[in-house]
Amino acid sequence: MTEDAILVEGARKRFGEKNALDGLDLRVARGTVHGLLGPNGAGKTTTVRILATLLRHDDGLVRVAGHDVRTEARRVRRRIGLLGQYAALDEELDGRQNLEMFGRLHHLGARGATARAGALLERFGLADTGRTPVKRYSGGMRRRLDLAASLVTDPDVLFLDEPTTGLDPRGRGEVWDSVRSLVGGGTTVLLTTQYLEEADRLADRISVVDRGRVVADGTPDALKTRAGADRIDVVVRDAARLDEAAAVLPFPAAGTDVDRDRRRISVPVHDRMASLAATVRALEEAGIEAEDVALRRPTLDEVFLRLTGERTAEVAA
Amino acid sequence: MSAAYAVSDCWTMTRRELAHWARQPVQVLVGLVFPVMMLLMFGYLVGGGRAVDGPYVDYLVPGMLTLTMVFGLEGTMTAVTRDLRKGVVDRFRAMPMTDGAVLVGRAAADMLQSAVGLLLLTGVGHAIGWRAHGGPGAFLGALGLLLLLRFAMLWIGIFLALVAGRPELVQAVQILVWPVGFLSNAFASPDAMPGWLGTAVEWNPMSATATAVRALLGNPGGEPGHLGAALLWPLLLLAIFFPLAVRRFARLGT
Repeated sequence: MTEDAILVEGARKRFGEKNALDGLDLRVARGTVHGLLGPNGAGKTTTVRILATLLRHDDGLVRVAGHDVRTEARRVRRRIGLLGQYAALDEELDGRQNLEMFGRLHHLGARGATARAGALLERFGLADTGRTPVKRYSGGMRRRLDLAASLVTDPDVLFLDEPTTGLDPRGRGEVWDSVRSLVGGGTTVLLTTQYLEEADRLADRISVVDRGRVVADGTPDALKTRAGADRIDVVVRDAARLDEAAAVLPFPAAGTDVDRDRRRISVPVHDRMASLAATVRALEEAGIEAEDVALRRPTLDEVFLRLTGERTAEVAA
Repeated sequence: MSAAYAVSDCWTMTRRELAHWARQPVQVLVGLVFPVMMLLMFGYLVGGGRAVDGPYVDYLVPGMLTLTMVFGLEGTMTAVTRDLRKGVVDRFRAMPMTDGAVLVGRAAADMLQSAVGLLLLTGVGHAIGWRAHGGPGAFLGALGLLLLLRFAMLWIGIFLALVAGRPELVQAVQILVWPVGFLSNAFASPDAMPGWLGTAVEWNPMSATATAVRALLGNPGGEPGHLGAALLWPLLLLAIFFPLAVRRFARLGT
């Protein structure tokens, strides 16, 4: 079967007066990581809850792993794993009890559930937590157990709804490593996040969501290209010559940013290599010593602000 | 195969609740001991003489058994509210498990706890002089009526938690079960109350169960004629709240 792992066409969902989803389209190819990026309230969590059969959409086509989420919810549930924003665990029970319970509810049988729980605890570094109830786990441990719980059946499609929100950098790194190792095993991952860095690091493709619609879609690189020109950053050694340096650069002054604290000049450029050569030459001719000259693409942060900002402007106009 | 899965899912969910007991034995113990304390307080401190023919303890014990069943509502509501506020119900709902197994697990555990509570309370009652006179069949019949009332309360509790599952509202219900419980004939005969109050008390569904249980156990205040009402009231409540609760649970996602 070659159908996309996730297929959403024109999904709509209203909560009272509010259109949470306003004709959302999404396609995720099998075995890829897809990032759903957007501000708070954009509709990311609503999308995940609909895909995971927790919420019914009002209108539109929504298929997961080849099944319709409305009419074949149970078939969908056999193929998915879900890591929600809040730990979906029984806090009174210990890690093993949780995983065994979820295994039995996935109909692995008593023996199968026990074996699976043991393997997952081992894999996520939780094998020595013993009888400690989950409520005494650290944030990172809880997140790892939650992730283990969503992998009890080796899901074809895994939903991660802001998987690292509230984690410290170390916990975040742990979750990222786990996600990367999963993708190696062929799982399709849909990841929602507010962290651009996270989407950039993990996702093969990104959909930018705003007000219940996808406003941009593509690989992280393509989105960066779309959002505007590359930039050249020049860091000069002598802060006193910063303005002089900015003046000798062969580019229009309009787009030039001067950051005095970092002794850095940043200019948008179109012809990457020629501009780089011209910059180096101009600095040399003026006798200004540069500490660093770098050509870079815009960050996803810049892309994100631009895309969501554009849409806001559109609505206002 | 799906029937086998249904049984296994319900058993898994019941085991989950039993595992909670093992984790919090003190909490379970307090829940069981509380009605016993109430029985002893009313038996010895508040005392009898409320227009009852015969020993007050014989009147009081069936009343306390009934009150314990009604107070169970609050325990059910608390547990369901706690579950809903954690993400764990989301995980259950995103699994291919049998619809309603979550509720069946809750129901099985609560009914089991109530049955244990009834046996404990009758044991303590016996120790302080209460006697049942109806024979084993009537005794089992009385326990059946009490558990039927508890079963109705269970689904009201689940429904309330699903409709208004916020801790503040659980607290409100915890307080409100008291006047409802006391506006019955659990402790005092309605004959000794002002006319309007006595009427209200006689119409309390709880009073029907208490009166029928007294009749079955051969205790004062019993009227065999109330057996029908003791069956009908809980069945009526079940007919209303069972489908409402199940529907509400199925619709959590809309």
